[in-house]
Amino acid sequence: MKTVKFTINGKPVEAKENSLVIDAAREAGIEVPHYCYHPALGNPGVCRLCMVEVEGMPKLQVSCRLPAKEGMVVRSNSGPARTAQAASLEFHLANHPLDCPVCDQAGECYLQDYYMRFGGYTSTMREDKVHKHKRLDIGPNVMLDSERCILCTRCVRFLDKVTKTSELGIFNRGSRSELLPYPGMSVDNPYSGNITDICPVGALTDKNFRFKVRVWYLDRTPSICTGCARGCSVEVHTNTKRPWHTDGKRVARLLPRHNPEVNDYWICDEGRYGFDYIDAPTRLKAISVMENDKLRGLTWDETVAALPAELSALCAEKGSSGLAVVLSGTLSNEDLFAARLLFVDTLKAGHLLVKTGPDQEGEEDALLRRKEKVPNLRGAQALGFGGRIQESSWGNILDGITSGKIWGLYVVDRDPSAVWGEKANGALSRLRFSAYQGVNVTHFADSARWVLPSCAYVEESGTFANFQGHVQKAKAALQPLGDARPDWMIWGAFVRALGGSFPFDSARGIFTHLTETESEFKGLRWDGLGKDGVKLAGSREPQTAGAA
Amino acid sequence: MTDPAPETQERPASLARHPARIVTRPVMRFQERIYLIEVWHGLVITSRHFFVNLWRHTRRAIGLVARAGAVTIQYPDDPAVVAKRGRTRHRLMKREDGTPRCVACMMCETVCPAKCIKIVAEESPDVMIEKRAKIFDIDMGLCVFCGYCVEACPEDAIRMDTGQVEMSSFNRQDMVWNMQELLGNKKKDPAANVPRL
Repeated sequence: MKTVKFTINGKPVEAKENSLVIDAAREAGIEVPHYCYHPALGNPGVCRLCMVEVEGMPKLQVSCRLPAKEGMVVRSNSGPARTAQAASLEFHLANHPLDCPVCDQAGECYLQDYYMRFGGYTSTMREDKVHKHKRLDIGPNVMLDSERCILCTRCVRFLDKVTKTSELGIFNRGSRSELLPYPGMSVDNPYSGNITDICPVGALTDKNFRFKVRVWYLDRTPSICTGCARGCSVEVHTNTKRPWHTDGKRVARLLPRHNPEVNDYWICDEGRYGFDYIDAPTRLKAISVMENDKLRGLTWDETVAALPAELSALCAEKGSSGLAVVLSGTLSNEDLFAARLLFVDTLKAGHLLVKTGPDQEGEEDALLRRKEKVPNLRGAQALGFGGRIQESSWGNILDGITSGKIWGLYVVDRDPSAVWGEKANGALSRLRFSAYQGVNVTHFADSARWVLPSCAYVEESGTFANFQGHVQKAKAALQPLGDARPDWMIWGAFVRALGGSFPFDSARGIFTHLTETESEFKGLRWDGLGKDGVKLAGSREPQTAGAA
Repeated sequence: MTDPAPETQERPASLARHPARIVTRPVMRFQERIYLIEVWHGLVITSRHFFVNLWRHTRRAIGLVARAGAVTIQYPDDPAVVAKRGRTRHRLMKREDGTPRCVACMMCETVCPAKCIKIVAEESPDVMIEKRAKIFDIDMGLCVFCGYCVEACPEDAIRMDTGQVEMSSFNRQDMVWNMQELLGNKKKDPAANVPRL
């Protein structure tokens, strides 16, 4: 495609021929105000806000429908353009109720932002505002306030084009036009939460987040969603300064982050609302060990002195082939590396399991959701699990326990009783050694001899490789809860206690080590992962088919 | 008691950037040291104030000027006089039907420099109001009486015009005023939790 050169506000820009002027302006760092245009949802040109002046054209143009041509001279800040933008904004506000004090969008509302930057400040409207439906419950996750709607139709287009469920439409005409669900329909598709993000005003708000906390109290950390193998880029919004707003829960919400390689602009509702476990009352906060049917609390120092010694003594006595270790795809590459060092290289455990079983599988669809509800299966593969390191299965492990061949079970973040059901109870009582290391209490944790608390993914930095082999970094957004520690730190300490070498003190250090030693991670850099992430060596373009 | 630091002591490095200002103490003269003369000087000053004020009050009494002389208030026996525009203890305003005007927009909580306001919002049964405060606490022990909350409020729901400046209590918890107390629905009794001695 040919590139053309033209100027916006006197700034020379280069863009593909016939691409949109509004996109070229944004790339050049010039913001043209707009509501209806969304890169993923098209440009109906209904909001009339992105008016620009073009030399040689008699009238102002909407920049979201204006193709770039060679030598154009575009101005978005000239007198006529500014006047037209302010006038459009005045129309948008004509029926807007201005209830910012009770509106959840306040603080991230484009009506507020554009009014401050491009608005006319004095309204010349003398007519009464048209009243429409308020607080309309239109679905399990979304609340509609029709009065606040500026009829940009982003949500309508999202439901038509992306989810193809078409629950919303614009009804009536003129100033009585109103966004409403079609009769008998409710916005209950698995991606419904996205319409609250793309709504530039407060018409569609998130019921889960409603009235909880003002957006300006939140800290934002780029991270990823660990809800399934897609690993959507998200922003974790945490509220730690004013805990009373969210009942002491630290994570307030997850919002999708634009990543063209992974999730585009979207995220499914399952992932969006799947953060409750992080601050749930079932979080493990302390180490405990069952001794003579009594629970005893321990410090990390005591645990590091006792647990690896107990494990290696049993390994020596009964043979390490009788140790089964159930790892989880929720662990980051760094965690899995430490696990490999401890359980495979040091203890030489007989049974290892990372891949998902019925306990970690769910619905999938063509848009984003994947069947495997863990984020890092591809990373485990890249580290040799299932390849060089042979994987066992839930069935094999159960058989081993019932036949007495397996004497020890170390489970990380998973629940065997969810897979084995009733059969588990009898089997687990025959184990000489059982340990549970995880984020939340499970059935297995109740019966395990050792219980170790580990960090949720928002509490430690780490890298995850999604099913496409796309490695992304999740930054720590919070401090660990209670005594919880990153998994790699726990296993690193165990390796050291057993006389091995573990010279790392951060996830970054481990990742750098991986890039030097693991073939799939070659060429990656911790800082080079950036915002969007990078593909693993085996998943890069020319050789996708063979390696993955 | 520790010895006072010698005057020639070197200044700490952290203060090196700030030039020291040398203050020389005046040396007492003989006349000051014998005390009696200075007592007499003090009496002269007190008497001067007395007669000047007597003159100013008399002048006003016979209608010469409008302004009176200095007045001594017998606080705490007499109540403190606070200017009408003075910023005093907050109160929350009510609508005509008696419900709080506050819509829990968190503007005051956000602007408060002392972080003494704590609001928790909830859904209001009235769809036209939508949002209201479930908890509205002000910790008077933290408040600096800057009046920003009153400035920030878009609903005129909070004012600082009660004229009340006495809010002392016997413990820190009692310095927190809750919504019902700020609305005036419940009387705050500072003597409620008098510690038993």
